[in-house]
Amino acid sequence: MSQQPTYPAHERRGTENLRSVPPSGDRRPRAVLQAPRTAPSRAAQHLPDPSDWSFELVERYHEAIRQTAERFGLDTYPNQLEIITAEQMMDAYASVGMPVNYRHWSYGKQFLATERNYRRGHMGLAYEIVINANPCISYLMEENTTAMQALVIAHAAYGHNSFFKGNYLFRMWTDASSIIDYLVYARNYVSECEERHGLEAVESLIDSCHALASQGVDRYRRPAKKSLAREVAEREERERHAQQQVNELWSTLPQRAEKVEGPQAAERFPKEPQENLLYFIEKNAPLLEPWQREVVRIVRKVAQYFYPQRQTQVMNEGWATFWHHKLLNTLYDDGHLSNGMMIEWMTSHTNVIYQPPVDHRAYSGINPYALGFAMYTDIKRICDAPNDEDRAWFPEWAGAPWLPTLDHAMRNFKDESFVGQFLSPRLMRDLRLFAIHDDEAESDLEVSAIHDDAGYQNLRQTLSRQYDLGTREPNIQVWNVNLRGDRSMTLRHTQYQNRPLAEDAQEVLKHVARLWGMGVHLESVNAAGTVTQTLSVPAPI
Amino acid sequence: MALHIIDRRLAGKNKSIGNRERFLRRYKGQITDAVRRAVSNRDIRDIEQSENITIPKKDIGEPAFHHGPGGVRDSVHPGNKDHLRGDLIARPPPGAGGGSQATDSGEGEDDFTFTLSKEEFMQLFFDDLALPRLLRTAISDNPDWKSHRAGYTLGGTPNNLAVVRSMRGALGRRIAMGRGSHRLLEEKRQRLSELVSLQMEDAQDAPEVVQLRLDIAKLELRIKRIAFLDPIDLRFRNRVRVPVPSSRAVMFCLMDVSGSMDRERKDLSKRFFILLYLFLTRQYERIDIVFIRHHTQAQEVTEDQFFHATESGGTVVSSALVLMREIMLARYPSGDWNIYAAQASDGDNFTNDSAHCRELLGDGILPLVRYFAYVQVAPEVQNLWLEYQQLVEVHPNFAMRMVSAASEIYPVFRDLFKKEGVEA
Repeated sequence: MSQQPTYPAHERRGTENLRSVPPSGDRRPRAVLQAPRTAPSRAAQHLPDPSDWSFELVERYHEAIRQTAERFGLDTYPNQLEIITAEQMMDAYASVGMPVNYRHWSYGKQFLATERNYRRGHMGLAYEIVINANPCISYLMEENTTAMQALVIAHAAYGHNSFFKGNYLFRMWTDASSIIDYLVYARNYVSECEERHGLEAVESLIDSCHALASQGVDRYRRPAKKSLAREVAEREERERHAQQQVNELWSTLPQRAEKVEGPQAAERFPKEPQENLLYFIEKNAPLLEPWQREVVRIVRKVAQYFYPQRQTQVMNEGWATFWHHKLLNTLYDDGHLSNGMMIEWMTSHTNVIYQPPVDHRAYSGINPYALGFAMYTDIKRICDAPNDEDRAWFPEWAGAPWLPTLDHAMRNFKDESFVGQFLSPRLMRDLRLFAIHDDEAESDLEVSAIHDDAGYQNLRQTLSRQYDLGTREPNIQVWNVNLRGDRSMTLRHTQYQNRPLAEDAQEVLKHVARLWGMGVHLESVNAAGTVTQTLSVPAPI
Repeated sequence: MALHIIDRRLAGKNKSIGNRERFLRRYKGQITDAVRRAVSNRDIRDIEQSENITIPKKDIGEPAFHHGPGGVRDSVHPGNKDHLRGDLIARPPPGAGGGSQATDSGEGEDDFTFTLSKEEFMQLFFDDLALPRLLRTAISDNPDWKSHRAGYTLGGTPNNLAVVRSMRGALGRRIAMGRGSHRLLEEKRQRLSELVSLQMEDAQDAPEVVQLRLDIAKLELRIKRIAFLDPIDLRFRNRVRVPVPSSRAVMFCLMDVSGSMDRERKDLSKRFFILLYLFLTRQYERIDIVFIRHHTQAQEVTEDQFFHATESGGTVVSSALVLMREIMLARYPSGDWNIYAAQASDGDNFTNDSAHCRELLGDGILPLVRYFAYVQVAPEVQNLWLEYQQLVEVHPNFAMRMVSAASEIYPVFRDLFKKEGVEA
């Protein structure tokens, strides 16, 4: 629960049989509780609170937290808590939170960087990593005190867990029961390729794919859920088929030869611009070997798996933080927690949701924990004790029961729409938000909105857009493939607010050319529709 | 919804070791350079340590499509103090960091630094020297161990059970525990026999007699309950492993520091010395190193002066040999010390001196030392080389070689390593 995003990760158990994975459980939403169930009578004595945890204690705390969570109707995957060491935590960090992943030097680099920072005391490790899988696996670090373990259990095993199970993006894009198997499969496949084709070849291929990982996701199309067995069976079929598909790219040539002069002959390929570069390459790159297509596919799939994470950081962390706060406070009210425990986890909680102001040395953007926690807390306030302003802004929710409202706000939004829908004027005032308009053409920055009546709408919109992945990342699509000439591919960058590409675009383009096997061009188009910048990379030899 | 708590602390450490290997392989060029630099800067004794490696950040970047600077940006920030709508703020200079847009990684450093472990460092060092694989393991391995008796412990395996010791302990415990009961029992028995002998007729029914009989039975039972052998009696023979002390060694490093020995040649020589030192550390517990440098005169110096001071002038190699022999006789009698010597030179010597060197070495030094290795770090064959060559056939403990790259050093010691039972 440091600033580190809690990526899902997973681990393979030695005894696990790949083919017999339990079904992903009930994915239908349960009936939502309208109000918390009544509290049991106050506990006579609080749970023991030595600073060193023991297995028995973790179990007792978990049980207390579970019962409390049940009172609020939190719907979760079954929980599995695992105790790990700091070093294992760093291992998990190193490959974006997935201890079993295909091997690549960049994860080694990540590990070294993490280790160095940790040893020098530059950063604390996250207290937990939680894996979006079924059962939901939470890692507890052995260094944590009892209070921290309780905090982590409430945060990860109930907060994140219920978010993974409930949020529509996760429900749509990730399959908690099959990701584990897929990653094991990916790891094995990649190492098989390394043996067969050499480390170098695989490494450079993955390098190229990683360069395009952000452009390797389907933003709108929903993937079909497949079991691993089907995945494996389909692979061979796909490899054969894909090769034929690609060959059509060549075979169109003789048919076209006769009408080359006609203007109609300039039929485009692809017919419509394609947003998923990796997918397009996987299916159409003329020179890739079947195994290379499969590796492209693996990188693409993993990138797709992370796509919901990147879109729900504020919501996910906010939700988990809100619930650990709520659950532990309720436990205290019920007499389960001692004062010392309270103070300890509160200290940690306060650090996590600290938002340095803009002129602070430590400021590095808005803290997703702080914003998310504040927003959920604020929604609850709007439900419980609305004032006139809230009634005007949120007629639907002001005064409504808070539990279903929060549930709704967790399930059906992503960061962008969540902020756009729920950021209240009062919170904007509390956080003292202001918007800055930075136009390259002007010599100064302009404060375009502050937390006042005239600025609320504007602020909310700007912040919402700030969380829109579509604006955070450049919009690059496959525009055209020159079918009748050198088969070079043209990518088109549609500038967002006239923002150009960063310098390393040329480097990325080299990677694209390596995958495509032919020349690659990139046109950068501004809002007026004029091409402002063209980059080209010749076909690799 | 059963809860699983799984203790994974003992399972798989170093899961990302494969990734680390791939990283090291990819940047082998840079890392090898860094290792070379480190080797030339380190003291011979400190050679086996980890090393921080720094790689320029631009070399290890992973490119991706990003927005570059420019265009129109709208961003929201918290903590407004006194801005009003429409305020103009001077644009912070680019690269000032904390301005409107923070860097994504939060780390603005130019270089990527990480630590190469001791083993990895040595591996790269050996790579440089083209050391055969078998030899590497022999060198990097711990020295021989001997198992020693070291008293007794409370825990151990059954085969180490010290029976006599355990039984002795058990006996002592039985005596100590039964002491009071035995005495009491004795008293009661005596009293009983007294009573019985005094009152013949109704002795069997007298209350005191009955009571005594009961007490005696109780005491006997209590004594019986004392375990014959208790787990706390068990003692095991304790054995500790100690490195085999193979006495002491001294290593003489002789180097020509005349003007013709440039930095590169000195570095090459240094590797030569290091390799011998590493070999010796596996064989001997205590190693002294004597550094002797010479031009026309020889002197004993510290390691720093040895490698880094520059001198110029002519070369008289025999001066170093004379000094070595003096030191050897004075401080390192060959009966107590295993003497090794390594000499590095560019082969340039005062012409009349070379024959003298051969005599000195052949008669005065070689009979006393275990091994003497000579490398010439320049390619020309000169008179010193020719003179030394005559010694090779006569003395099996002498080796010489011309070396122009680090990878050629190892063969100088081939015989030495072979002799010590390491198949190279």
